[in-house]
Amino acid sequence: MNRDEIFEQLNEVFRDVFDDESITVSDETTADDIEDWDSLEHINLIAAVEQQFGVRFNMGQIVTLKNVGEMVDLIESMI
Amino acid sequence: MKTLEYPFDPEYILKKSKAIRRELLADGSARTCKKVAVLGGSTTHDFIRILELFLLNYGIEPVFYESEYAQYYQDAMFDPEELVSFEPDLIYIHTGFKNIENLPAPGIGADEAAACLDAEYARFEGMWEHLAAKYRCPIIQNNFEYPFYRIMGNCDAVEASGRVRFVNRLNEKFASYAESHEAFYIHDINYLSASYGLDKWCDPAFWHMYKYMCSMQAIPEFAFSLSHICKAVWGKNKKALVLDLDNTLWGGIVGDDGPENLEIGMETPVGQTYTEFQTYLKEQKSIGVLLNVDSKNDEDNALAGLKHPASVLTPDDFIEIRANWDPKDLNFKDIASAINILPDSMVFVDDNPAERMIVEEQIPGVSAPDIGQPEEYIRRIDKNGYFEVIGLSDDDKKRNEMYRANAERAHMQAAFTDYHEYLLGLQMSAHIAPFEPLYYNRISQLTNKSNQFNLTTLRCTVADIEKYAGSDEYITLYGQLSDKFGDNGIVSLLMGRIDADQQALHMELWLMSCRVLKRDMEYAMLDSMVDAAKAAGLKTIYGYFYPTAKNGMVKEFYNAMGFTKTEDKPDGSTVWELDVSGVWEKRNTVIDVKAD
Repeated sequence: MNRDEIFEQLNEVFRDVFDDESITVSDETTADDIEDWDSLEHINLIAAVEQQFGVRFNMGQIVTLKNVGEMVDLIESMI
Repeated sequence: MKTLEYPFDPEYILKKSKAIRRELLADGSARTCKKVAVLGGSTTHDFIRILELFLLNYGIEPVFYESEYAQYYQDAMFDPEELVSFEPDLIYIHTGFKNIENLPAPGIGADEAAACLDAEYARFEGMWEHLAAKYRCPIIQNNFEYPFYRIMGNCDAVEASGRVRFVNRLNEKFASYAESHEAFYIHDINYLSASYGLDKWCDPAFWHMYKYMCSMQAIPEFAFSLSHICKAVWGKNKKALVLDLDNTLWGGIVGDDGPENLEIGMETPVGQTYTEFQTYLKEQKSIGVLLNVDSKNDEDNALAGLKHPASVLTPDDFIEIRANWDPKDLNFKDIASAINILPDSMVFVDDNPAERMIVEEQIPGVSAPDIGQPEEYIRRIDKNGYFEVIGLSDDDKKRNEMYRANAERAHMQAAFTDYHEYLLGLQMSAHIAPFEPLYYNRISQLTNKSNQFNLTTLRCTVADIEKYAGSDEYITLYGQLSDKFGDNGIVSLLMGRIDADQQALHMELWLMSCRVLKRDMEYAMLDSMVDAAKAAGLKTIYGYFYPTAKNGMVKEFYNAMGFTKTEDKPDGSTVWELDVSGVWEKRNTVIDVKAD
């Protein structure tokens, strides 16, 4: 799976979790850009991302993620 | 909604919760609004998010009070203004192993361990007592899951200081409290976590990052299990099973294979599987679940199968047996009307997906679970919690007998040409008296599950009932009815609020179990209420009818009782008046009534 394909699937996950079809994420997207993305929804988001890509992030990885780009990097390195 | 029935996909539910919620709220069904206070010992956000879905699916629209992070004890003990003004209908205490404050240190002696146990238990008991006195609403308390590691290995379950042993002892004390207290329920996460798998359940990463007491993926199962108690408290349990026969209760097709060739009994693994399933159903019957048959078969063949010497269930175990070639949904509706319960309170059990689909599509609200392979039948039904028990009343245990007696009455009725003669022939006697403590549980249960013959649909907790029964402002009456075929138990409840100024009685509750329709019990209840009103110096009784989706049958009830309509409101509700200042001639002439 290349980066574009990861983005495509990741975008679906964001749309499902936040129930908002207008969301399009990019490398620079952060929690500030999506209204409902707070610390509590973050938990749900991470769980959904893990499920979508069949990966399991460890604690250290989750707490250091800064934006969606880093999340994609991480996924890319794990699949 | 199928998405929220076992077996469900927990990850899908977690991911799509917002869309599922939207869909549920848009389905146009009427829901009861309930206020739920969640007092958490850890993060509760996602538990509430998912619990809401399951409750919506059960016809309950919850509003939540959520305590600040881990403030369960403070909230329970110190009456925060926000919680007090919330006036919860139910309080749920979301605690687990991590919340135990008096864990025994490994190796301490038995006395010290016992002191830890007492201290921990006292902390919780103190909360329950305080909450029950302050809010007078049902309380649900988690028990404890096992710790995810064992310092002493297997001996952790043996040594007094062992934490597995400690959890066992604490859970036992919680259970004893629940056993002896009304409106207090244990949410058994000890079983739930075991059934889920403790290693999958306990996720240290989720605890350290987010302070979740179990893994994210376990939350749907957790919330589902919790929702079972909630819906049972609010009278949304199912009442009956409607069962297919061939390849559901036994292996094979009785009409083709002959009863002697059916797979049932201990001779083969497949036969044993069906025997175990039948035993499970028989156990359901013993806690009051009504069993019925809906089968495409000639009746003779169906009965021959049920009379198989190895069959655990016999024809006498069923209330209604419909074995014919009519569509199953028609038989299903027919069974519902014969036993006088609503179709949506019956669960359809059939191995054939096509039959399940027809019944589900034709009858809204019916559950027809995908029961899988024979070896999965029990789990698929059991995990759905259709019949969640929240305290067994004697009536629950006797319910099948009562419904069977009803079927016999129907046969007897066919032999009489004069209905009055038939009623006299039943040799009925009733006990009608004010609510009494022995029956508070049953009385509350009745107010929560009677939908059809219910004029005001006033739902009451045990605490409410206690309050009304003890108040000078209320006249309360329950009615128990027996006849030559047996005891029907408590079948009718009336409650009126006294308005001393107007010398009037306002009927806030009038309900009757549909299993005693057309037995003149309503007249006997009216007579007793009139007597009580007159004794209190009252001159007028006001009846109120509030329409719901289910109580259309009693729209004209007060008219039939001799009341005069005084008000017709735009929402369909009506007010009725009965003058009782003169001499009262008893309306009931067929039931022998005793008052004490």
